[in-house]
Amino acid sequence: MSDIILTIDGKEVSAGEGSTILEAARSVGIKIPTLCNHEKLEPYGGCRICTVEAEGRGGTQLVAACLYPVEKNLVVRTRSVKVDRIRKMILELLLAHAPDSMEMQDLMKEYGADRNRFEKEASFCIHCGLCVRYCAEVKKANAVGFIDRGTRREISFIPEIASSECWNCKECFPLCPTSALQAAYVLTEALNSLTHPFRHGPEE
Amino acid sequence: MDNDRINQIIEKHQCEASSLIQVMLEIQSIYHWLPKEALELVSDKLKVPLTRIQHIATFYKAFSLVPKGRHGIHICMGTACHVRGAGRILDSVQDLTGIKPGETDLDMKFSLETVNCLGCCALGPVMEINGKTHGKMAPAKTADVLKNYD
Ligand code: SF4
Ligand code: FES
Repeated sequence: MSDIILTIDGKEVSAGEGSTILEAARSVGIKIPTLCNHEKLEPYGGCRICTVEAEGRGGTQLVAACLYPVEKNLVVRTRSVKVDRIRKMILELLLAHAPDSMEMQDLMKEYGADRNRFEKEASFCIHCGLCVRYCAEVKKANAVGFIDRGTRREISFIPEIASSECWNCKECFPLCPTSALQAAYVLTEALNSLTHPFRHGPEE
Repeated sequence: MDNDRINQIIEKHQCEASSLIQVMLEIQSIYHWLPKEALELVSDKLKVPLTRIQHIATFYKAFSLVPKGRHGIHICMGTACHVRGAGRILDSVQDLTGIKPGETDLDMKFSLETVNCLGCCALGPVMEINGKTHGKMAPAKTADVLKNYD
């Protein structure tokens, strides 16, 4: 596979064809923040916190580093006034939903985001899709999915599947940046305790 | 729910996962909603996870996961209808049926929805029942229209 030479933050980087800006940056130790990215999952481009400036043939664009494939002679800036401003805004919007998310506390400090900027609407889920995609792509169990759309979108377990699949797995729990997932699981379990008793121990 | 009927629809589409929305639309048009057992059958036959079907069923307004009335009333709240008094049409229909948008009455007779444009602004204010358009509505005329449905 031929390597592609591009510039990231003034550094010349060579990366395999088809790899993303994020992968190229990481290979030389340049950090780009991510929330919805996971090495075992297909890139998703849901959170946009990885936004960088990419200057190529068509001028400068703002792109999601976790999705954008490397191009020859691309000039990438992972920090700039504009990029920082966008990340700050994204964080403030997400923090209105999940003000205490552990994952976002450091980012909040780094980008000077104010978690009280927008009126709080504590829905906790930030729609990163990590739980949904992990369950579908890695475990192939499809116990949890999204429902509805736009601002009303949320995650939802299928009780019949969750009651038999989740007890022994729960691998998605540590992935959730906000604990919204655990809450949804417990709620599903409580609501279905009579119709679909959840497994609470190892298989007999 | 009649499993044979659902199976027929699924077979008509050769169990193709790409026909999922079409299959769902046909079930919706027969029952006026999507019963859970039907969706489980579809999931099984089309090999599409239930999570995905659930997402689609909640994404599009055309689908309902709760039973709907025999007659679907859609009242247009688009700009043209709005300025011509759609709000008052809605008020009078709410009074007559006793239900609010998104609801269905206990007799399963009417379900009420508001929509944002039915594409015939010149006829505004517009009320649509079971796909039939009733244009140039007035609050006093709604009772006459509704009594044709039982
Ligand atoms: S519940 Fe958590 S992991 Fe799942 S989409 Fe929401 S924030 Fe992401
Ligand atoms: S990490 Fe790139 S969009 Fe979320």
